[in-house]
Amino acid sequence: MSEALMDLGARIEAKRPEQVAGWHVTLDELTVEIRTNALPGFIEFLKADTGCRFTTLVDITAVDWPERETRFDVVYHLLSMWQNHRIRVKCAVGEGDMVPSITGVHKAANWYEREVFDMFGILFADHPDMRRILTDYGFRGHPLKKDFPTTGYTEVRYDEAQKRVVYEPVSLVQEYRQFDFMTPWEGAEYILPGDEKGEAKE
Amino acid sequence: MGVMPEKIQTGANSAGADKDVSAKKLGEQLADKGFLLTTTDDIITWARTGSLHWMTFGLACCAVEMIHGAMPRYDLERFGTAPRASPRQADLMIVSGTVTNKMAPAVRKLYDQMPEPRYVLSMGSCANGGGYYHYSYSVVRGVDRLIPVDVYVPGCPPTAEALVYGIMQLQRKIRRTGTIER
Repeated sequence: MSEALMDLGARIEAKRPEQVAGWHVTLDELTVEIRTNALPGFIEFLKADTGCRFTTLVDITAVDWPERETRFDVVYHLLSMWQNHRIRVKCAVGEGDMVPSITGVHKAANWYEREVFDMFGILFADHPDMRRILTDYGFRGHPLKKDFPTTGYTEVRYDEAQKRVVYEPVSLVQEYRQFDFMTPWEGAEYILPGDEKGEAKE
Repeated sequence: MGVMPEKIQTGANSAGADKDVSAKKLGEQLADKGFLLTTTDDIITWARTGSLHWMTFGLACCAVEMIHGAMPRYDLERFGTAPRASPRQADLMIVSGTVTNKMAPAVRKLYDQMPEPRYVLSMGSCANGGGYYHYSYSVVRGVDRLIPVDVYVPGCPPTAEALVYGIMQLQRKIRRTGTIER
């Protein structure tokens, strides 16, 4: 299995040397990293090439790496029903960069790209209907960015006076807690009350 | 072989009214006059408890348990309830599942479309207070932020049995506090 994927990776790199930035096989899965400007063409090549025939688009998603210069990875998962193999294609995208849409190659990409835009704020060029898909109407921010707070910025409530549902800034009765599954003796980074007495004796 | 005397009550009498006696009295009244007397309030609240038309408001996995409740094993319809697809035909809204911010105006609108008297049963942790998604950016922290709730059924999801119990509690509430006053 792994050898076939190695062959496939080498074949793809040989055929599109200027588009492929690198590839590797990990845990029996082939990942190909490509340059962003290669995008619609490379996916089309994967679909048309007789050795690849990746005709099924399984998923498009993204990964946020806040500490990296090019902040996002857009990830495409493709499946070949003809050759019975799968591929993962990654391309690095900076914040504010436009990514070429692949809706011309795979129609299924339409809603996936909308979802990626909704969750990460990555815009896709030449997309037929680039708007939010999952979040609330008039929602602000992109929830899967690492700098987006879990609780968001607004919450809803029915207002008896205005007779409609109103949006308000979030006010939590109890603060959100991050549980680390450690006991206070292991996990605490502060001195527990009373512990300073034991330290003083020694 | 000591014979233990059973069923001898030594404390205060807690048996309550003799149901056979009251039933007999009712029967005598019916046989004597040919009709029974009760108050209008009582008969109306009795009718209400016996015909709770609930609006199917399945939003998440709780909906599956609500469906179980309506299926033959628990058979909610034996309490006189019936699922209705339109809010205009419903008395009871069972909010079963996670209410999202996007859904919130719709929930309120559907509630407003229900005719009086109307009741709301909040089913499951998410509807009760946000539950697992309490700190999420997209979920309402309890459906009582949108509409007044009569009965909360806890659980994640509550069993169909718990829902049946919740509906029985609602019937009890209607019986005790029901009124034709507006």
